[in-house]
Amino acid sequence: MRGRRWRVVVLTLTALYFVIPLLSSLEFSLRKPGGGYGVANYLAIATDPVLLEALTVSMEIAVITAVLVLVLVVPTAVWVRLRLPSVAGLLETATILPIVVPPVVMAAGIAFVQANLNTPLFNALFSSPISALTPFYVVLAVPFAYRAVDNGLAAVPLRTLVEAARNLGASLPTALLRVVLPAIRSAVLGSAFLTLALVLGEVVIARILLYTNTFPVAVVVVGQSQAGVSVALTLASLVLTWLLLLLVSFAGGRRRVS
Amino acid sequence: MANLLEAPAPPKEKVRAPRSWGAVAGLVPFALYMLVFLGGPLYFVISGALSDPSGQPTLANLVASVTQPQYLAAFWSSLKISLVTALIGAVFGAFLAQAVLTSRPTSPLRRVVSTASGVLAYFGGVPLAFAFIAALGQTGLATIALRGAGIDLYAAGFRIDSLTGLGLTYVYFQIPLMVILISPALEGLQPQWREAAENLGASAWAYWRHVALPVLAPALAGATLVLFGNAFAAYATALALTSGTIPLVPTAIASALSGNVLANQQNVGLALGFDMVIVIGVVMVAYLWLQRRASRWMPR
Amino acid sequence: MTGTAVQSGTAVEFRGIRRSFGATHALDGLDLQLKPGELLALLGPSGCGKTTALRLLAGFDSPTAGEILIGGKDVTGVPAAKRDTGMVFQAYSLFPTMTAAENVAFGLRMRKVGAAERARRAAELLELVGLGARGAAYPHQLSGGQQQRVALARALAVQPSVLLLDEPLSALDARVRVQLRDEIRRVQLAEGITTLFVTHDQSEALAVADRVAVLNAGRLEQVDVPQIVYAHPATPFVAEFVGVMNTVPVAEGRITPGAAEQAQIRPEALRVGAQEGITGTVLTSTFLGAVTRLVVTTEVGELTVDAVSHPNLPGIGDTTTVGVAA
Repeated sequence: MRGRRWRVVVLTLTALYFVIPLLSSLEFSLRKPGGGYGVANYLAIATDPVLLEALTVSMEIAVITAVLVLVLVVPTAVWVRLRLPSVAGLLETATILPIVVPPVVMAAGIAFVQANLNTPLFNALFSSPISALTPFYVVLAVPFAYRAVDNGLAAVPLRTLVEAARNLGASLPTALLRVVLPAIRSAVLGSAFLTLALVLGEVVIARILLYTNTFPVAVVVVGQSQAGVSVALTLASLVLTWLLLLLVSFAGGRRRVS
Repeated sequence: MANLLEAPAPPKEKVRAPRSWGAVAGLVPFALYMLVFLGGPLYFVISGALSDPSGQPTLANLVASVTQPQYLAAFWSSLKISLVTALIGAVFGAFLAQAVLTSRPTSPLRRVVSTASGVLAYFGGVPLAFAFIAALGQTGLATIALRGAGIDLYAAGFRIDSLTGLGLTYVYFQIPLMVILISPALEGLQPQWREAAENLGASAWAYWRHVALPVLAPALAGATLVLFGNAFAAYATALALTSGTIPLVPTAIASALSGNVLANQQNVGLALGFDMVIVIGVVMVAYLWLQRRASRWMPR
Repeated sequence: MTGTAVQSGTAVEFRGIRRSFGATHALDGLDLQLKPGELLALLGPSGCGKTTALRLLAGFDSPTAGEILIGGKDVTGVPAAKRDTGMVFQAYSLFPTMTAAENVAFGLRMRKVGAAERARRAAELLELVGLGARGAAYPHQLSGGQQQRVALARALAVQPSVLLLDEPLSALDARVRVQLRDEIRRVQLAEGITTLFVTHDQSEALAVADRVAVLNAGRLEQVDVPQIVYAHPATPFVAEFVGVMNTVPVAEGRITPGAAEQAQIRPEALRVGAQEGITGTVLTSTFLGAVTRLVVTTEVGELTVDAVSHPNLPGIGDTTTVGVAA
C-alpha cells in the first residue's frame, strides 16, 4: 500500500516515545534500595496501612461515583433520544461545560464554601472525603460518560427496543434496566472504567480541599519520600485500567474504535 | 397531559413526540444536579472574585489577578507551556492519527493505540508525572542511559521539575488527546478526493496542500485550541511532579487559597479562577464554532 | 441515444488483464478494445469486476497480469497522475473547499496553466454542461445532479484522451438520472472522446452506449451494439441480466411442459388471453403506462408478460392462457 514506509517510521518513533517512560517506570519501581531488583514497592500497598486505607476510600468513591454517573447519564441520554431529540445538540454542549470549569477552579469554589459557610448541611457534606468528593467527581465524569453512553445508544435501535419492551408490559424504568442497559453494555462498562481511572488519578480537588487520605493524594505524598512506591502504584493503576478497557474493547466486538 | 408546546416539523420520520412539559421534566434531575454541583462552585468563584474578604463588591481582585507581578509571571508561564505543548501535540498527534487510520481497522495495533490514547488522555497527570520522574529524574533510566552515551542532562541545567520538564510530560497526554480529537476529521477525508486529485495530475504533496489541508484546517485549529485549554487548565501533573513549586496559574490559585504565600488572598485566588474560566470559555466557544465550520465540508 | 461517433480520438485496449486478490480473481483474462471516439458501457452486477477494470485503466490499481494500452502505448506501469484519463466518480468527488469553477480549473492548475486562461477554460466548460451561472457556488450548495455535471466538466478540462465514468448516475434521483444521462452522451458526442461508462443498470447502458460489454464474475460474456445484446443474448447470463427473460421448455414453437429443448423469450413476445398456450394464474400486475407487466404462475414456472395496457387484461388471481405472440 502507498506510503507504508512513513507509517512504520511514525508508529515506531511514537511507540518508542510512549514506551520509554512506561519502561522506566517499571525499572524504577523494581529497584531495591541497596541495588538490584525486587517487588518491595508493589507490596507497599499491602504493608503500609495509610496506603491501604487510602485505596479503600478511593475505591468506595469510585464505585459510588460510577453508579451515580450512570444513574444520571443513562436515563437522560435515553430520554433525550426518545422524547427530546431537538435538545440533543444543546445537551452535548452542556456536557462540555464541566470542561470549561477546570478542577482547580471548581476546587476553589468548593474550598470557599468549605472555609466560610458553616451550616450543618455543609459540615455533614465535608465531614468525609467520600461525601465531599463524590458529588463533584460525578460532574467531572459526566462529559466522558455522556459521550460514551450516547455513542452506545446510537448503535442500537433504541426506540424499537423500548417500545417492544413496553408493549410486552414493562414499565419504563424496567425497560431501561433490563433491555437498554444490557444493549449498551460495553459503553456502560467503558464509562465505568474511565470513571475509575478518573477517581484513582484525581489529586487537585482532593488536595485543595485538604483530604489527604484518598489514594492518589496519598501516593503523591509518599512520592516525596519514597518515589519508588509511588511509581509502582501509579503504574499498576494505569496498567490495570488500560487492561480493563482493552478487554471491553475486544469483548464489545463491533464497538466503534474512536 | 396538556401539550403546551407543539414541536415544529419532526427532523426524522421516526420522531413524532411533541415537546410537552412532561418531556422537559425528564431533564430536570440532570439539570438540577449540574446546577448544584457545577453551578454552585462556579457561583462562589464568581461572587468571591467580585467581593472583598468582608463581602463588599469590588473589582480589585480581578485587577490584582492580572497586574501583580507574581500573577503575571504565572500567566506567562501557563501561556508558554500551553502554547508549546498544544502545537507539538497537534503536529505529532495528527501524524500519529493518520498513521493509525491508514492501517487495517481491526488490527490489534489500532485497538491498542486507541484504548491507550483514551487511558492516557483521561487518567490525568499523576501516573505520568511519576513515569517521567522514573525516566528523566536525577536517577531516571533515560537520564542514566543518556549519561552513558555522553549526554549529561542535569549538568546542562535540565531538571524534570522545571517548566521544560513539565512541558515534556504534558506532551505525553496532549498527543493522545489530539489523536482522539482529529481522528473523526481524518476519517471524513473521502478517498474519492485523493483519487480525483491524482487523476487530475496532483502529486501527494499537491493533494495535501490544495485539497486535504484546507478541509482539515478548521478541525486542526479547533483541536489545537482544545489542547491549549487542556494544558492551561491542568494542575494534577504539576502537583505530582513539582509539588506545586512552579509558577503557573493553577499553582497560584492553590497558593492563594491555602494562604501559603500571602494570607487573606482567597478572593484574589478566586479572581484567578474566574480568569481561567474566561480563557477556557473563549477557547471552547472558538472550538465549537470551528467544529460547525468543519462539518460543513462533510458529505450530507 | 445514437449518434455518429467522431472518428478522431484514442483507442484503448485491455490485453489479457487479470487482477487477483489472493485466491479471488476480480478479472480473469479480460480482452477488450475501445474504438476511438466510442462510448462503451461496461455492464454487470456488483462484484463482476467492472469497477476494477475502470480503476486499472485509470491507474489506481495494477493488474496481476496483462497490459493496458492507451492510443497504442503501453501504460501499464504509468502512475495515475501521469495517465491521460479524466474520471468522474459516483459521488462526493468535488473538492469541498473550492468553488465549482476552482474545481473545474484544478487539473489545469496542476499543469501550471495561468490564472486567466484557467478561468476562461473553466467558464467555457461549465457553460458546456449547463452550469455557466453557478461557477462561484460551493459543492454543498449544489444538487447531486449539478455536482456530477461539475465533475464532468472538471474531468474534461484537461482534455484527456479517455473519459472514465464510474457509475456516475447511481447516486442520483431517477428523474435527474435520465436528464444527466442524455447530457453526458451529448457532451461525449460533441467532444468525440473515447469513453468507458461503468454501470449496473442495463437500461442506462442500452440507452447511452455505442457498444455494450457485459461482464460477469471477471469474465466478458458479450460485447456488441445494444440492439444485438438485447435481441440476441450470447449467454444465459446476458439474457437474464439485460432486460427480463423467460426461459421455457418448447416443442415445435409452442410452450410445452416437459420438453427437452429450452427457449428464451422476451416478455413482449408473449401474450395473455391466447388461443393456444399454457394456463396459469396471474400473480402480479404492474401498470407501467403504455405497457402492463404481468407475472403469471404456470406449470413451467413464473412467466413475465408485457401486454399493451387495456381494461380487459386479466387481474390478480384470474386464470389466463399464456402463448407466444404470432
